[in-house]
Amino acid sequence: MITVKNLVKKYADFKALDGLSFEVNENEIFGLLGPNGAGKTTLIHILATLLKPTEGGAIVNGFDVLHNATKVRQSIGVVFQAPSSDDILTGYENLKIHALLYGIPRKLREKRISEVLELVGLEDRKNDQVKKYSGGMRRRLEIARGLLHHPKVFFLDEPTLGLDPKSRETMWKYIKKMVREEKVTIILTTHYMEEADMLCDRIGFITNGKIIALDSPSKLKQEIGGDVVKITFNDRIPLDKDFTKFDFVHKVEQKENSVIIYMEKVNSNLHMLIKDLDGVQTIEYKKPTLNDVFLKLSGDYLSGDSPEGGFMQRYAQYKKS
Amino acid sequence: MLSTKNLSSNIVLGQLYALWLREIKVFLRERSRLVASTFTPLLWLIVIGSGLGSTNLQIGTDYEKFIFPGIICMSVIFTSVFFGAYIIWDRKFDFLKSVMVAPSSRTTVFIGKTLGGMTTSLFQVAIILVVGIVLGINYDALSLLQILSIVLILSFCLTSLGLTFGSYIESLEGFQLIISFIVFPLFFLSGALFPIDNLPAWLKLITLVDPATYSVDALRNSILHLGTYSFEYDLAVLLLFTFIITIIGILSFRRMKAV
Repeated sequence: MITVKNLVKKYADFKALDGLSFEVNENEIFGLLGPNGAGKTTLIHILATLLKPTEGGAIVNGFDVLHNATKVRQSIGVVFQAPSSDDILTGYENLKIHALLYGIPRKLREKRISEVLELVGLEDRKNDQVKKYSGGMRRRLEIARGLLHHPKVFFLDEPTLGLDPKSRETMWKYIKKMVREEKVTIILTTHYMEEADMLCDRIGFITNGKIIALDSPSKLKQEIGGDVVKITFNDRIPLDKDFTKFDFVHKVEQKENSVIIYMEKVNSNLHMLIKDLDGVQTIEYKKPTLNDVFLKLSGDYLSGDSPEGGFMQRYAQYKKS
Repeated sequence: MLSTKNLSSNIVLGQLYALWLREIKVFLRERSRLVASTFTPLLWLIVIGSGLGSTNLQIGTDYEKFIFPGIICMSVIFTSVFFGAYIIWDRKFDFLKSVMVAPSSRTTVFIGKTLGGMTTSLFQVAIILVVGIVLGINYDALSLLQILSIVLILSFCLTSLGLTFGSYIESLEGFQLIISFIVFPLFFLSGALFPIDNLPAWLKLITLVDPATYSVDALRNSILHLGTYSFEYDLAVLLLFTFIITIIGILSFRRMKAV
């Protein structure tokens, strides 16, 4: 659905994107994860035809973002980070104006506006001015607006930034619903790990304009060694037990009177591990989170000048304000 | 910068309507903007009009009546330039981005905005024309038609000018610059408040490159029969200015950064 090839974007001496290549499949939710200033928004702007890349290119829904901008624009819906609906107009008026901008024929217009309003659960608020909406409702209205013209690809730039935990969960619900009902491919950027884990089929980690890892959340978590089980015995470790004989065990470490076992799928395999085991004092286990993956991956990249509040980011904010 | 060809004219018309509709709805709902932009010209008309009018000037009519065409132009200058410069605000929040990712060309966005500017100017001028009746000014069908066309053209011209500057300026503080360096010079140098016939040569030269000069003169011609040039000459020069500024505006708008 999307092919990105060797994408480079330079601002003076600063490389926002540094030779990015990846593909996004049809009907998947693809997450772009990374610290602030990693290049996620720049990438979205290029894919949405708002920015020209310095080098490389991208194909969206079969159309070149550089040479066929109109076709790309007809294929995509976008929700930007900052609010982009007129808060002095009503939700319905915002949708009508955008339906006209997308050239949706008069006969289909009203029907489609009701459909998208219903999809994001705002039909009873459609005649209120947007300034009376909550942050989450406003974001949902913008999703509805982006869906008006039946896009094939949908970009969500930090869809839950600044929302409280409850609104965030509501948002996730609607994002899943829109994939199911509208059959769109979604690219979303976020720096909330649990959001990416919850929603995304695959995740690309971006740091300093490069993709440093790309896989499904579960595979990424396995890469840092899978689940960890720590069995502590009453006095000492039984000598006759060989945990490495199981296929699902990767590695075994021993410490005093406990064993630490790195393994796959602790939920379904634990019972085999502890069968016929005597003298067990405690069993603890930990499933790695995307956060662990992120910290491990970005560890060597984020030394010194951390992007979170680092110089480049402060500079970018200064330029923006 | 990016190609947006192959759109049917039906769709482009719908897009123009959408952009126009948005501007008008926002304008009508922002009461404070509406009141402020109508009140200022009236204040000038009444205070400056009676103030300077009491000093016995040799201009061939009452001073209040003399500046009346100038005040009409003043209202168009203020409304239109600011209207165009509002693009800075649209860019500040992501409205402009959301328009730019729609399959509409930048020229369409530009024209849609100028249509909005023209309509808001008409609202204001209509109010001032009503006040004119109180001052004892008589209109006939021809003069109303002439006022309408001059107001529409000047407004198109100056909204383009505002959009042009707005497309280069990134900060909201830039508005201040626009007031000092565009709005006030356009107004003061247009001959709205004084006759331009007997000005010193250097000052007269500057008034000649101000499109508002020809609008004031044309309106003075049609309302008071007191113009320096003929109505046709004024109209032609104004159209020329409008054409040039619109071309520059569209070009600036196309090279403007979307993000």
